[in-house]
Amino acid sequence: MADIQYKPADFKSDQDVRWCPGCGDHAILNSVLKAMANIGCPKEKVVVVSGIGCSSRFPYYVSTYGFHGIHGRAPAIASGLKTANPDLCVWQMTGDGDALAIGGNHFIHAVRRNIDLNIVLFNNEIYGLTKGQYSPTSKMGAKTKTSPYGTVEAPFRPGELVIGAQGHFFARTIDVMVQLSSDIFEEAARFKGAAVVESLVNCVIFNDGTHEIFTSRDFRDDRTIVLKHGEKMIFGKDKDKGLVLDGLKLKAVTIGKDGYTIDDILVHDAHQRNPGVHLMLSNMSYPDLPVALGVIRAVKGDSYDQKVTQQIAEVKQKAKIKNVDDLLNSGNTWVVK
Amino acid sequence: MAEKKKLIEKESVVIRFSGDSGDGMQLTGTQFSNTSALLGNDVSTFPDYPAEIRAPQGTVGGVSGFQLHFGNDQVTTPGDFCDVLVAMNPAALKANTRWIKPGGTIIVNIDAFIDKNIERAGYTENPLPEFKKGDFNVVEAPITTLTQEALKDITTDNKSILRTRNMFALGMTYFMFNLPLEHTFTYFKEKFGKNPDVMNSNKLVLEAGYHYAETIEALASRRVNVAPAKQKPGTYRNINGNTATAWGLLAAAEKANLELFLGSYPITPATEILAELSGRKDLGVKTFQAEDEIAGICTAIGAAYGGDLAATSTSGPGLSLKSEAIGLAVMTELPLVIVNVQRGGPSTGLPTKTEQSDLMQALYGRNGECSVVVIAASTPSNCFQYAFESAKIALEHMTPVILLSDGFLANGSEPWRIPSMKDFPEIKPPYAKKGEKYQPYARDEKFLNRYWAIPGTPGMEHRVGGLEKMNITGTVSYVPENHQVMSNFREEKVERVKNVIPKQTVYGAEKGDLLVVGWGGTYGHLYNTVKNMRKAGKDVSLCHFNYINPLPTNVAEIFANYKRIVVCELNFGQFANFLRIKHPQFNYLQYNKLVGLPFTVHELEEHFTKILKEK
Repeated sequence: MADIQYKPADFKSDQDVRWCPGCGDHAILNSVLKAMANIGCPKEKVVVVSGIGCSSRFPYYVSTYGFHGIHGRAPAIASGLKTANPDLCVWQMTGDGDALAIGGNHFIHAVRRNIDLNIVLFNNEIYGLTKGQYSPTSKMGAKTKTSPYGTVEAPFRPGELVIGAQGHFFARTIDVMVQLSSDIFEEAARFKGAAVVESLVNCVIFNDGTHEIFTSRDFRDDRTIVLKHGEKMIFGKDKDKGLVLDGLKLKAVTIGKDGYTIDDILVHDAHQRNPGVHLMLSNMSYPDLPVALGVIRAVKGDSYDQKVTQQIAEVKQKAKIKNVDDLLNSGNTWVVK
Repeated sequence: MAEKKKLIEKESVVIRFSGDSGDGMQLTGTQFSNTSALLGNDVSTFPDYPAEIRAPQGTVGGVSGFQLHFGNDQVTTPGDFCDVLVAMNPAALKANTRWIKPGGTIIVNIDAFIDKNIERAGYTENPLPEFKKGDFNVVEAPITTLTQEALKDITTDNKSILRTRNMFALGMTYFMFNLPLEHTFTYFKEKFGKNPDVMNSNKLVLEAGYHYAETIEALASRRVNVAPAKQKPGTYRNINGNTATAWGLLAAAEKANLELFLGSYPITPATEILAELSGRKDLGVKTFQAEDEIAGICTAIGAAYGGDLAATSTSGPGLSLKSEAIGLAVMTELPLVIVNVQRGGPSTGLPTKTEQSDLMQALYGRNGECSVVVIAASTPSNCFQYAFESAKIALEHMTPVILLSDGFLANGSEPWRIPSMKDFPEIKPPYAKKGEKYQPYARDEKFLNRYWAIPGTPGMEHRVGGLEKMNITGTVSYVPENHQVMSNFREEKVERVKNVIPKQTVYGAEKGDLLVVGWGGTYGHLYNTVKNMRKAGKDVSLCHFNYINPLPTNVAEIFANYKRIVVCELNFGQFANFLRIKHPQFNYLQYNKLVGLPFTVHELEEHFTKILKEK
């Protein structure tokens, strides 16, 4: 893998990108191109699968193999592809509607099976391509074209869903943080199993500024925390804030205040099998706590495709039936002369 | 003991085993048919069971039946009416009364004819005295008591006794039809070898049933022998439609030198295809039991894109769920086999019963102009051939193919002369040529298929998807004229399959008074009827279809030679209507029924005779 030297441009297709100017998807595309170049998986082995929605146009904008599927079904298409051909590096591009509404069932099952897919979930909390209806991640009370008086339903939190489905890998990034995104995508792609990266993107047309309260450059450092495995959970413009465990809850504190020292600050363990802290971290929301970014959970486990391949190899080795003729003549047969 | 009598020779016999859905009647029937097939009889079987695993005990709704027809000549149906009915309780008797031939034998488990059961079956009083007065040979066998007696040294556990008493009934029928017990002993050994008590219990009860029958004058005096059928030399096995379908797909994978992928979700009566292939890891099959029907087909589409021979198996409601994804496979022009084992509909309908009412859904049930190849198997064993053909056409023409089977074919079994794989043609998918610039929607001139470029191949990176694509280049295109061009190509590609399928054949006369037209699983009954009527000198012929879309090229030529055409199907007339679209110049009479059961030869004969009499 490592022998091939790629530039991000090598993965760019000749098609015009048709997302709206200012859409967060452009930044994610750039981060993915960068990650693909760094990973060095031969281009012909990379396949990008998608469903329906703005983000699902992604396959047309990369020059790899690509499959633009139908609404919500990309995890199934990608699962079949990866199982058929485990050598491939399969990406699945999806949005909050595609993955969590119409395709919710396929999403949780792909995660549960731990199929080796890199799933990028573009979360803009709105239906963009159909022009502004609320999605399963829209905030309670959101006023949209189909909720003129505000929604009355609680949103999904993708991280919680992934962990609930026994997910092995969950990370979060923000569209504008290209380097962080590309680092995370790279780690997700190298991870053997279903890796879900929630990418918070801004829809400039129908839901402008939905994440702005913590993503704006002015206060991003104080309202988000970038988690790194093995490092202290420290955040803030002056790196003076941290997370501690207060009873059974997480609490944000200032180091040197209220008796808290650097030693009290938690160390992030993304490899920890027990999902308790990961769930708390992925559910953190501003203003109570900073929004967690980075790789929140990355727990090793066998992937579905590996196990399928292994099982077939084991059975084949011991098998008496080697071809269809053997099969047809197995069991009870009799001869007519 | 009754005096040993000479055996009565018969051409064929129909037996129906029936009891509660937990009584093991399916196993009993299967054992009988396997034994008679091993002795050289031709056999056709018909399992008829409720959707509930254990319906309320003793009720008519909970009766599970297994009918089998074995003979010394070609047997093409499981028989309309039975010579012998085994009824394990009053409900089984009640449910099957109308299927017993006049003069037939009824064996009842008399121990089950207690007031409670009689009442539960819906009788106001014990029905046996009435049957005895009628034209039946009623044998009241204390099956439960005698099973208990046979097992007294091994177990007194009531459950074990109840579980083995079906073998008592089987033993009785083995005696009645002069069949040996050994094959079933072998089965016990294979199945229960690790549990000697269970193995021995079954064996003892089977023997007890056999010897008990010997002592009953009414049975011993009517002992029947059915000579082996004259069959083509070769090695034979029993096979049912679902197994044959699964194996046909495997055969195609081998001939195409591809791995087989099946994405599926369990659904009656198609589940056994998934179950069979999931056990075929020895042949490298990848089965994906998906989270739902949609994922079943979508994983298969992903696998087809990835270069496997991909298939999905389902029944009617599942086909409805797969509609959108079939459109995706049509649009991406990928090879895919969709097996639809039809059952009674609409909605959940009659899950365990047969019907042919998904034909229009298979032909047209999608958004857009969305033609696919539709093929129908017509016997349990030829599901193998048509599954093979479906895969061959899918792969060589780069198109989804819907293979229609039905509950009757899926569960029914018959002896099958085992073919040799060397007699099957190679399958050659149109792979993209290396060294040439790959254009995803460039086409072969003859078949109009696009070429298959498998991910992993350097230099052929391309995108496919559900959006309309530009001719040749495959970029997304909303150009009005291009949509017309691509729509025409997709339609014409399927139409051109008619050039590779065999010409339609007719059984009977080339010209005549009445042409019976059928398709799919009704073949055995239609053939049997036409054969009987021709023997009796009637001017009837049969034109039975396996290739539905496209139709063979010589259909109009055939139809023009008959005064009348009657299209017989287990629906309201879907194939008749399709023929009216494709060949509107002919007048089509119809014979249809929707009772969840196959036609009977009797009713068909009656109907055709009536038509022949009409001027």
